[in-house]
Amino acid sequence: MINAKITNIRPDFALITNWISPKSKVLDLGCGDGTLLTHLHDTLKTTGYGIEKEDSNWLAALKNGVDVIQMNLEEGLSGFEDQSFDTVILSQTLQAMHNTESIVHEMLRVGREVIVTFPNFGYWRNRMQITFGTMPVSKSLPYQWYDTPNVHLCTIHDFDAFCAQHRIQVIERKVITGGQDVHVLPNLMGNLAMYRLKSEP
Amino acid sequence: MSESNSVGIVKAQVAHFTQPLALKSGAVLPQYHLTYETYGELNAAKTNAVLICHALSGNHHVAGRYTPEDKYPGWWDNLIGPGKPLDTNKFFVIGLNNLGGCHGSSGPSSVNPLTDKPYSATFPVVTVEDWVESQARLLDHLGIDQLAAVIGGSLGGMQALQWNIAYPERVRHAFVIASAPNLTAQNMAFNEVARQAIITDPEFFDGDYYNHGTVPRRGLRIARMLGHITYLSDDVMGEKFGRKLRHGDVKYSFDVEFEMESYLRYQGDKFAGEFDANTYLRMTRALDYFDPALNYGGDLSLALSLAQAKFLVISFTTDWRFSPARSREIVKALLDNALPVKYAEVTSDHGHDAFLMHDPYYHDIMRAYLEQVKV
Repeated sequence: MINAKITNIRPDFALITNWISPKSKVLDLGCGDGTLLTHLHDTLKTTGYGIEKEDSNWLAALKNGVDVIQMNLEEGLSGFEDQSFDTVILSQTLQAMHNTESIVHEMLRVGREVIVTFPNFGYWRNRMQITFGTMPVSKSLPYQWYDTPNVHLCTIHDFDAFCAQHRIQVIERKVITGGQDVHVLPNLMGNLAMYRLKSEP
Repeated sequence: MSESNSVGIVKAQVAHFTQPLALKSGAVLPQYHLTYETYGELNAAKTNAVLICHALSGNHHVAGRYTPEDKYPGWWDNLIGPGKPLDTNKFFVIGLNNLGGCHGSSGPSSVNPLTDKPYSATFPVVTVEDWVESQARLLDHLGIDQLAAVIGGSLGGMQALQWNIAYPERVRHAFVIASAPNLTAQNMAFNEVARQAIITDPEFFDGDYYNHGTVPRRGLRIARMLGHITYLSDDVMGEKFGRKLRHGDVKYSFDVEFEMESYLRYQGDKFAGEFDANTYLRMTRALDYFDPALNYGGDLSLALSLAQAKFLVISFTTDWRFSPARSREIVKALLDNALPVKYAEVTSDHGHDAFLMHDPYYHDIMRAYLEQVKV
């Protein structure tokens, strides 16, 4: 049963699960319908909360039994105490945030560890589309330029530089394409970047 | 008239208590009674009871009608009934009139059995803490050890919070809706203006108007007009009335010129005809005094540290009397205690009154949550 569950789950969620300690306390920002939190709870007995802004997602998360807080991440995490979670997760939402720098700092304030995942704009298919003169539209970036919620797309190189500049320690980085690990030329070959971060001591 | 999804024709009941109740003010009520209504059936294990706590001018009549001709059902009828979010096929719902009220429970307008006259101004000031104590005794009277849920909006939400401080082991779920952990200075200022309108009414007679054959109607209606302004949002008032004129053009008078004025006067008159001024004073005071964090150096998290319930906190975006920020303070205190909490911020035009309205998202939340409550 557990295996079936794991294979059914999004590959990035399965990888995130590997970075979470059993029975730890997790905060999932932009938790959607709560799939990840439910999965973490079922497999690792984690506790914690989700944050979700959209009514329909919030209600779906409630129906999934998730403790979900309706609020706008752009306003920060002022309701949460420093270091009150083992892990704070932001999966595939960073690119849609306006206050990118402040949310990353807020996550590092609230969580001992932070997991951030985002679509890699440097992925070769994206580069190809740009080369041929159009904005990239793909499975990981499924929007037209005029209707995209993504305002801060970046590449793996960009995010590495961001972490260095903001004194953020990268504990672990994983780059995947179609659920498979990418080891060679990750900024070119990977379409999803996953980072495990903490504040530099 | 038979309605689907209605609890139908209901009847109030009265419970008498002869064990003295020591109030927070230091006063003691030697005996008192509470008027209440119930809907649905208490199950054999007595695990399906839901207590509804009322707000400022509310009472025990939460759902159903008293007669088939009854124009208005109970004040939360849109939420409570068979098949409704608070499904009376599943839950045993209790509504009561708080102590100090004017709808059947012991209060200033009821007769003091020791004097055979209305309590009048001698009825003591009651607090949220006193109400919860009296509600706990009503549960004892009904043989209920633990509530499946305690639910309240506004001042009712404060009672739901207080339940988790006074009797944490007696509550499994707590719904705190359009509420706050205490009043802001602005809230208290509105209450003070409302009280002054009543107290300075020449027909108030220091609260002893029952024996003078008068009613401080003018004060009550001004208090209610003021209240109404604060319960609505500017948007909804604009939408409902805008600058619409009553007679088509202005008359340069102080009669009713705008529809807004007509509405406020109507609401004020209606209220002054049916609500008791001494009760209004006490209910607003109960609001003013509620501040569970006070005994904990202002730390609400500490005040709620013994709470055990699962919480649902709901606020409404245009509620400026009990703004979402106030609900978030409650949520923060619950998070600090790692308590299970779900918090929804419902987008609504209806201001503070939204918690009484049938907003689809709001009612979907209530329904989805209550479906998960085990009885």
